Amino acid sequence: MVNESIKAAVKNLNFYYGSVHALKNVNMEILEKHVTALIGPSGCGKTTFLRCFNRMHDLYPHNRYSGEIVLFPENENIISPEVDPIEVRMRISMVFQKPNPFPKSIYENIAYGLRIRGINKKGILDEKVEKSLRGAAIWDEAKDRLHGLAFDLSGGQQQRLCIARALATDPEIVLFDEPTSALDPIATSKIEELIVELKKEVTILIVTHNMQQAARISDRTGFMMLGELIEYGHTEKLFTAPSEKLTEDYITGRFG
Amino acid sequence: MKDLKKRIALNKYRNNVFAIVGLLSTLVGFFLLTALMIDLFRDGADRLSYKFLTSFPSRFPEEAGILSAWVGSFLLLLVTACAAIPIGVAAGIYLEEYAKKNWLTDIIEINIVNLAGVPSIVYGLLALGMFVQVLKLGESVLTGGLTLALLILPMVIMATREAVRAIPTVIREASYATGATKWQTVRWHIVPYSTGGILTGVIIGLSRAIGETAPIITVGALTFIAFLPTSPISSEFPFISFKWLMDPFTVMPIQMFSWVSRPQQAFQLNAAAAGIVLMVMTLLMNGIAIYIRYQYRKKIKW
Repeated sequence: MVNESIKAAVKNLNFYYGSVHALKNVNMEILEKHVTALIGPSGCGKTTFLRCFNRMHDLYPHNRYSGEIVLFPENENIISPEVDPIEVRMRISMVFQKPNPFPKSIYENIAYGLRIRGINKKGILDEKVEKSLRGAAIWDEAKDRLHGLAFDLSGGQQQRLCIARALATDPEIVLFDEPTSALDPIATSKIEELIVELKKEVTILIVTHNMQQAARISDRTGFMMLGELIEYGHTEKLFTAPSEKLTEDYITGRFG
Repeated sequence: MKDLKKRIALNKYRNNVFAIVGLLSTLVGFFLLTALMIDLFRDGADRLSYKFLTSFPSRFPEEAGILSAWVGSFLLLLVTACAAIPIGVAAGIYLEEYAKKNWLTDIIEINIVNLAGVPSIVYGLLALGMFVQVLKLGESVLTGGLTLALLILPMVIMATREAVRAIPTVIREASYATGATKWQTVRWHIVPYSTGGILTGVIIGLSRAIGETAPIITVGALTFIAFLPTSPISSEFPFISFKWLMDPFTVMPIQMFSWVSRPQQAFQLNAAAAGIVLMVMTLLMNGIAIYIRYQYRKKIKW
């Protein structure tokens, strides 16, 4: 890789759900236009970690951050209380575990993110909707039914629609929270191909339950356990020659 | 083996006993309603005519009609809906989406649930004190409509909350994750997706309001009115008049009550006929509620 500039740096990140200490001193650098994967057993804090990046935790009471997530090139700590979570979410978008399209038309699902930014011109919306649907490799399946309900799509198509929705607003980072855990193998492989394609344009952070998936699509992988980042490095190295005993035990299936 | 068969026979016997008890209980409700309808129709069907709907009440039972009563009921419901829907929906959404969960909101919640169980005459007394005596709104359509609005407000709030609560968290999160504010989420998602449930609650509330008598009598509805409120459309600029809001009124159940309390048998028939009209109005509203719910269920499945 020629271009290895850092998009975000996590420094001493701690996170608490009330009195539960869910993330412990996490440090990590996320490379621009790379795929960074997080693996680890259930409840290890990988989703909690992901949701720090778009301040989703701010929606619920008794949640607390400490440390920094610095976004470059602005050098801005996005978990600082002075930074508006809405501004963060406008720059970093998210794809959820289960496909969650709005019960609206395919077109309106994509246009929503633009509408709340005050973009209402039909010409611009049309163009952006097409571009996002193409970007998420669902244009051919959706182009004849743009005004049909998103619920009428299959599960895999719905998830690609959700990816298109996340792309429509030209985000700097897209967060994926186990995006294929509710999908069948064929739909899964389409999404995986898509993610590899997307990293040409955007920085990707993905949480996955599936180690093979992380090995297939990511450039860097982090292994988390009990709220700590145990090991982080090149995906190939982490899966072939992990430096930590815990990582090795996990990826060889001794626990998890 | 024999024991087992005996056991199964006994279990089945008990099962059948309840099936029969349940069936009988269901039939009680069904037959009572049917008997009520048949009785009303037998008494009142002959009096039902176009003239009955378009005549004012009169000393002569054959000439008496329910024009002022149904117009009064209609205008009252209009005021009720205009007051109860925006306030109830806004309060319900606020409680679900905005309010922090603490002891204060807990108390408000308990209060709202209890308000739904307050006898309607108590609302009448409250309205008499507040709208008639303090705010000096008079014994008017406005007072009556606002009184009924108070009565159904808890129902609208609860229907709204339930409909809002049925929207999955992942949909809210999807909206927030695109950078939406709370209001944008409410305006684009919460309100549209809960409209079916809210409207159902509103219409059920209104169909209860249309049959209410006690609070309306308390705030001073008249029992004998041989004129209509001022028309809302006037011939002069600005063509819309709100004078009707301050006019005196009567409503269907009061008209019925006044006829029932007369000694002449013929007036009893009038009351039955008015009862049919009221019943049809209520059933029609409930039918609309069911239809709306069905339409929305078809479009939105979580």
